[in-house]
Amino acid sequence: MPEITFLEAINQALRQEMRADETVFILGQDVGVLGGAFKATEGLFDEFGRERVIDTPMCEYAFSGLASGAALMGLRPIVEFQFADFISTGFDPIVQFAATHHYRQRNPLPIVFRAPWGGGSHAGPFHSQCPESWFAHTAGLKVVIPSNPYDAKGLLVSAIRDPNPVIFFEPKYLYRSQRGEVPSNLYTVQLGSANITRTGIDLSIITYGAMVPEATTAAEMLSKSGISCEVIDLRTISPLDSEMILDSVKKTGKVLILHEARKTVGIGAEIAAIISEHAFQYLDAPIVRITAPDTPVPYSPPLERAYRPNSNRVAEAARRLCDF
Amino acid sequence: MLEREKADYLKLLYWMMLTRAVDDRSVTLSKLGKIPGTIFSQKGHEAISVGAACALSDTDVVAPLHRDLGAYLVRGMTPGRIFSQAMARVGSPSQGRDVNTHGMGDLELGIIGYVSHLPQSMTVALGAAFSFQYRKEPRIALTFTGDGASSEGAFSESLNLAAVLKLPIVFVLEDNQYAYSTPSKYQYATPDLVSRAAAFGLPGVTVSGNNILDVQKVVTDAINRARNGKGPTLIKANTMRMEGHALHDSAAYVPTELLDKWRKNDPISNYKTLLHKNQLLDDKAEKLLIEQIKQEVSDGVMWAENSPFPDPSTLTDGVYA
Repeated sequence: MPEITFLEAINQALRQEMRADETVFILGQDVGVLGGAFKATEGLFDEFGRERVIDTPMCEYAFSGLASGAALMGLRPIVEFQFADFISTGFDPIVQFAATHHYRQRNPLPIVFRAPWGGGSHAGPFHSQCPESWFAHTAGLKVVIPSNPYDAKGLLVSAIRDPNPVIFFEPKYLYRSQRGEVPSNLYTVQLGSANITRTGIDLSIITYGAMVPEATTAAEMLSKSGISCEVIDLRTISPLDSEMILDSVKKTGKVLILHEARKTVGIGAEIAAIISEHAFQYLDAPIVRITAPDTPVPYSPPLERAYRPNSNRVAEAARRLCDF
Repeated sequence: MLEREKADYLKLLYWMMLTRAVDDRSVTLSKLGKIPGTIFSQKGHEAISVGAACALSDTDVVAPLHRDLGAYLVRGMTPGRIFSQAMARVGSPSQGRDVNTHGMGDLELGIIGYVSHLPQSMTVALGAAFSFQYRKEPRIALTFTGDGASSEGAFSESLNLAAVLKLPIVFVLEDNQYAYSTPSKYQYATPDLVSRAAAFGLPGVTVSGNNILDVQKVVTDAINRARNGKGPTLIKANTMRMEGHALHDSAAYVPTELLDKWRKNDPISNYKTLLHKNQLLDDKAEKLLIEQIKQEVSDGVMWAENSPFPDPSTLTDGVYA
């Protein structure tokens, strides 16, 4: 199997789905001639032309709403936001119209809202955000955040084929740093299903996105001290795969939730609540959350390093948890 | 005046009268406690919604707002389904999930429902127009907006995007002089709101919103333009909101003289007078029309009353497709 980057996996999913289904089109800022700010759509303009790879003016509100109208008429729009941070200017049509549409009107609304997401690249407060909680709190949206090239391609194909609006966040820190084996044909990875990327018995690290590699590194460090970690990559943030989370907790009895987003009302809070509700009696220690602090994302590298969780902090917290 | 069939002229009157009759009966149903939420008066808007909708072809798509009841009726939404929506019944287009004309879409009738954030309909209609352009179909999208919505950013974004992509779309801005309690002079400073169109590179046309033949004509021209690949048009139809924002609102902030002035310019009375003057309508025919509409409205209420309330066990159904 060929080894490709996360970014190439995204590009492959887009290209192959566009070849397979002529109702699929892409719109956003600089997605055409430039191939996107991160080159996720590189080459698509040349292959599919201006009709299917549309450079829009700067108008996230209007093009997010346009996607809903096009989807109602049987197309499958893929909207690219240049950064997840900029999705706030297109928020209204996503959470008000698109998210509620099926509940109110019973028409499928197949749209993918894609965006490069997360920090780690010294891009400052407005090019580093992790806004998944905004959308996970909204009924009717699916929220997907892959952590590796194989899942990125398979989940994106599933998102494009899904009859619901899907928020698809791509950890841009992994775009070029993550390589992996990816089948060259089309395949899907099911939305709403988490993945155990490492099995273990002493504690469960529940995480997603760019924190999965950090959790894996921490687990490797810990295994040298005889601590066996199970790592769960959620892959889909909404709806959550509660079953897999609870099964793991019942096995290990200790939980470390890790995410790059801020702590307060983050996904970790929801996961902790689900565990308390359904597996309280299996817990051997309080649930630990390793997250970003409740601040904007700072620019300066020493500040950002302090802001963003990493494998060392995870390993340290895991040791304390095991000593509880 | 006489170049069209008599029936065409009478049809316009019929739709406007039906719109008002459904509107009036809705007020009665509300007073009777049969409408759990609120309703929005249509008075002053009948010629715009009916005139614009009657200019569309069957395969076109319309995204009407809360004062465009006429457009829903013209596209084939029955009075029964409309009453059942306000009455929160399961037979309504939103199965009791959305309030009054909100979310009263039906794609088979070419109607896209709206959400309360009104300028979103402009953006969603852009998408319908985009799909027609994408598939090279000779269809167009028409949507409405208002003086209040024109101040939202999405209004400007939509005009700009429509013009840049040259989409087959018509925007009908209903300037009814009040956005809830805010009069136009506190809504926009331009002496001519339709000049916004020129700012974005599309034509803007102003029409009397209380003259249905004028409305139909300018909308037809804009539709032809869109269908011929010449892009979007903004039409500003001037009228007056003759009642409060919604049923609860007495609109005491509107000067009485202003309402008195516009009361003499009622779109339905105007049109009836015109038809009488041109021998297209006589008292007998008018009486028959009134009777027919009364029957349709009563049948509609009965249909809605026969539709049950939704079962609470269905609360979480349909969040996802």
